[in-house]
Amino acid sequence: MNRAIYARRRTVNGIFLVLSAGSAAIGIIALVLILYALLMNGFGGLSASVFTQDTPAPGSAGGLANAILGSVMMSAVAVVVGTPIGMLAGTYLAEYGRHSWLAFVIRFVNDILLSAPSIIIGLFIYQLLVARMHHFSAWAGMAALSVIVIPVVVRTTENMLLLVPNTLREAAASIGAPRAISIRAVTWRAARAGIVTGVLLAIARISGETAPLLFTALNNQFWSTDPNAPMASLPIVIFQFANSAYEDWHRLAWAGALLITATVLTLSIFARLLESRQR
Amino acid sequence: MVDLALSENLVIPTRAAALKRFGRSDARFRLLTLGAALVVVAIFAGIMVSLVSGSWLALSTFGWGFLTSSVWNPVTEKFGAFAAIYGTLISSALAMIIAVPLGIGIAIFLTELCPRALKRPIGVAIELLAGVPSIIYGIWGLFVFAPYFQVHVEPWLIEVFGNVPYMQDLFAGPPYGIGMFTAALILSIMVLPFISAVTRDVFETVPHLLKEAAYGVGCTTWEVMWRIVLPFARSGVVGGAMLALGRALGETMAVTFVIGNAHHINESLLAPATTISATIANEFSEALGDMYVSSLVALGLILFAITFIVLAVAQIMLKSLERRSGGKSS
Repeated sequence: MNRAIYARRRTVNGIFLVLSAGSAAIGIIALVLILYALLMNGFGGLSASVFTQDTPAPGSAGGLANAILGSVMMSAVAVVVGTPIGMLAGTYLAEYGRHSWLAFVIRFVNDILLSAPSIIIGLFIYQLLVARMHHFSAWAGMAALSVIVIPVVVRTTENMLLLVPNTLREAAASIGAPRAISIRAVTWRAARAGIVTGVLLAIARISGETAPLLFTALNNQFWSTDPNAPMASLPIVIFQFANSAYEDWHRLAWAGALLITATVLTLSIFARLLESRQR
Repeated sequence: MVDLALSENLVIPTRAAALKRFGRSDARFRLLTLGAALVVVAIFAGIMVSLVSGSWLALSTFGWGFLTSSVWNPVTEKFGAFAAIYGTLISSALAMIIAVPLGIGIAIFLTELCPRALKRPIGVAIELLAGVPSIIYGIWGLFVFAPYFQVHVEPWLIEVFGNVPYMQDLFAGPPYGIGMFTAALILSIMVLPFISAVTRDVFETVPHLLKEAAYGVGCTTWEVMWRIVLPFARSGVVGGAMLALGRALGETMAVTFVIGNAHHINESLLAPATTISATIANEFSEALGDMYVSSLVALGLILFAITFIVLAVAQIMLKSLERRSGGKSS
C-alpha cells in the first residue's frame, strides 16, 4: 500500500520533470529556429549597397540607406525629447511623490502606457498631428516614438532611484544640501548607470517599433531629411517589402530584420552589463 | 560663496537670503518634476480623448450594433467590429493556452531543474529574446513558419480531426498556411520568453525556507512546485500571464503578417481571420471617408478598453505580490 503510493508519487514526479524539461526544449528550439532563419536569410541579403543605396523599385538594385537614416533620425529625436521628461517624472515618483495618491495614479497610468498596444499610440498621434497638419510627416513619427520612450524611462529611473540607499540622501541633507541639489548631485549620480540602462532599453524598444509609424511617418522611397515630409524607417520598409511579391524586396526585408535584431540585442546586452554594475 | 557675492554686486548674502534662494530653486525643481510626471497623465488622457472623439461618428451612427455586427464593408460604409473582436480574443486566448503552461514549465526548469552552469545563460537568453521586436516574429512567421505549417502540419490536422465530433469543425477546410491558428502559434512563441521571465522572477521570491521544509518532509519536486511554490506565487504568475495577455491582445506586427486579414468569422481555426490591430494596421493609411476612419478609430478604442482592463488586473495582481515579498521590485 505504502509502496504503491510511493511509486505513484515517483511516476507523477517523473512525468512532470520530463514535461518541464520538454517545455524548455520546445521554447529554446523555437527561438533558435527563428534566429537561424534570421541569420541565414539576413546575411544572404546583406551587402555594402544595403548601406549606401536607397530603397529600390521592384526589380532594380538598391539598399536600405534612406530607411536606416530615417530610423536613426526619428529614434534620436524621440530619445532626446522623451528622456528628460521621463527622467524628471521618474524622479518625482521616487523622490517627491513616493506614497502620495498622485504618485500612485501616475505609476498606475505609466505601467498601463508601458504595455499598451503601440498601434494605439499611432492612432493618437495621427489624430493629434497628422489629421490637423493634413499630411504624414517625420514629426508625427518622432512624436509617436517619444510617447513610447517616456514610460520606459520613467519606470527604470524610478526603480533605479529607489535602489539608492537613503543614507546617501540623509548624508546630503545633513551637510545642508537642499533637496533639489541633493537629488541632482547625489541620487542622480549614484543611479547614473541605471538611468542610462533605461535609455538604452528605450532605444532598443523603439528601434523595432512598426505599428506607431505606419500612419504617422508613413514611408518614403527616397533619401529625405525633411522632418515635415514622410520618412522611411527600417521596420516600415520591412513590413512593406515582406508583404510584396518580389524576391529582391524579400531579401532586403530579411537584411533589414537582421540589422534591427542585431541593434536591439546589442543595446540590450549593453544595458544588462550597465545594470549589473549598478546593482 | 565669494563668487556668488561678487556676482551680486558685492552684497554679501545673509544666511536667510541664501536659504530663501535655495527654497525657491527647490520649489522650482519640484514643480519641474511634477510637471514631467503630469505629462504622463496628460498623454494617457490625450489617448482616451482622441480615441473617443475620433470614434464618435462611427459609434453614434452604428450604436451598440457596432459591437455585434460582423459586416465590414468600406464600399457601402457599413461597419461592425465583431469579427475583429472575435479574432483578437480567440487568437490571444489560444496563444495563452499554449504559452502559459510552456512558460511555467520553462520557469520551473530554470529554478529547480537546470544545472547551475546553464541557469544564467538560458535565463539571460530568454530575457534578451523577450526584447526582440515583434516584426521579426512576423517576418519569420510569414516566410518560414506558415509555408512549413501549410505543407506539413495542416493537412495532418485536417486528416486526424476529420472524423472527431466538434474537433472536425475546428480543423476544417483547405490548408491556407496563414490563418487564426498560425497567428496564435506565432503569438505564443512571442510571449513565451516574456511569461517565463516574469514567472521565473516570481518563483525566485518564494522563500527558500518554505521549499526546504517541504523537501525535508519528503516531498517530490513536483509536490514542492504544485503545493508550495505555485500557491505562494499564484498572484504573480497570474499577473505575469495577464501582462502577456495584454501584449498578445494588442500585438500588431507578428499577427498582421500571418492572419490573412479576412473580415468574417469562420469556425475553422485554419481559416484566415483578422484582429483589431491587424485591421487598423492594414487599412488605416488607405482608409477613405470619415466613416471608415472613424470606424477604425472605434476599433482602436475597443482594443484600448480591453487591454486597459487586462493590464489593470495584471498590475493589481503583481502589486499585491510585491507588497507581500517586502517591496522587492522585479
